[in-house]
Amino acid sequence: MAMPMTISQFPALLHAEGLACRRGERLIFEGLRLNVPEGGALLLLGPNGSGKSSLLRVLAGLLRAHAGSVHWAGRPLADDREAHAGRVHYVGHQDALKTVLTVRENLLFWSRLQDPDVSPARVEAALAAMALAPLADLPVQLLSAGQRRRLALARLLAAEAPLWLLDEPSVGLDLASVGRLEAMLAAHRATGGVVVLSTHVDLDLPDAQILQLDHFVPKFRPIAEMGQEAWL
Amino acid sequence: MSRLWTMVQRDLRLALRHGSDSLTVVGFFVLTVTLFPFGLGPESNLLERTSAGILWVTALLASMLSLDRLFLSDYEDGSLELMALTPTSLEILVFGKIIAHWLTTALPVIVAAPILALLLHLQADGFVTLLLTLLLGTPTLSLIGAMGAALVLGARRGGVLLSLLILPLYVPVLIFAVGAVDAAVQGLPVRGHLLILGGLLLAALPLAPLATVAGLRQAVE
Repeated sequence: MAMPMTISQFPALLHAEGLACRRGERLIFEGLRLNVPEGGALLLLGPNGSGKSSLLRVLAGLLRAHAGSVHWAGRPLADDREAHAGRVHYVGHQDALKTVLTVRENLLFWSRLQDPDVSPARVEAALAAMALAPLADLPVQLLSAGQRRRLALARLLAAEAPLWLLDEPSVGLDLASVGRLEAMLAAHRATGGVVVLSTHVDLDLPDAQILQLDHFVPKFRPIAEMGQEAWL
Repeated sequence: MSRLWTMVQRDLRLALRHGSDSLTVVGFFVLTVTLFPFGLGPESNLLERTSAGILWVTALLASMLSLDRLFLSDYEDGSLELMALTPTSLEILVFGKIIAHWLTTALPVIVAAPILALLLHLQADGFVTLLLTLLLGTPTLSLIGAMGAALVLGARRGGVLLSLLILPLYVPVLIFAVGAVDAAVQGLPVRGHLLILGGLLLAALPLAPLATVAGLRQAVE
């Protein structure tokens, strides 16, 4: 898949309006609005349980918004879930790796699902970029948590997608790998890609917009109470 | 299409590396069938008459054994979410998983069945029909089972719930499959039974993946 047609004259590539999300019986956030232009980055901040993960899942199309709508390049996401899925790279809390498969097999599988014509060279390059090349033939079982994380992040490089949704991508990464992640993000944005990510550590994201999710917590519930529960 | 193959390939490789899952299924099948001659006595008349039923009921229970694992590990490690975010319909990937499930669990059972049929004194006329019913019937079992497995995903004690949900749906397959083998043994035409089995398979082929995906989407949310 080539870098798509969707990158166009629209000022805001990713746009959401009046977004509300409900988990069980409770509203996590409401009235949320966001606008991310081509090449932009949006940093989600807020205490545990303020809905960072839920927002990312709504933007990915995994979770249905309770109210409001998400648009990509001016078209509502709900119109065509499959097309949207093709635009998204989502890295959640779980690494989605099979422990009995090798590092290379895991990465090949995911990149082939994303893009059946992916070239093996590209997959190797993605492994090298995350410093996983020496481990490529090891089963994931033998990898440390940080190495697994790096493999999950290597998916971003192995197949093209304009919208990256990353849920605390730096968890478990060492300093060098955080640097690699930052370089990846910068390169992705330089080609016009959009990044939305949540984090609790400092990541170097030049001119990133910041969205404080606790500003959108429904008024009637104190934030302190919400912090007690983690909604993943 | 190539995504379907990618999916089948991965699940086959996983089954091969884990090994135990498909071995459990065929092991259960073989052991349970060999218990019947002990329980019923070595009277060959009795075994001969009941052999088709014994083989099919056991094959059906064996196919249930591995079902709760079908989507569970993908659900637990987050793979299912990513599959839902693949730029293709999830139905195709689910179909790939069902094919892999059939190849790794039902196919060994089909291979073992003729040997066990020998043990149960199934008459020679019934062998071909037995194989035909298994070939036509077990894919339907895998398809229906996937539907149930998706529905109970995330539920506690899903395995028990799963059997309650899908065993009733297995009954038509059982009736016509055993009917066909009995008819063959008695020298009656089996075409009708086989056609119905084929019909059930054709109905399950498009419908079951749709229902399965609906269940999976619910679980992923």
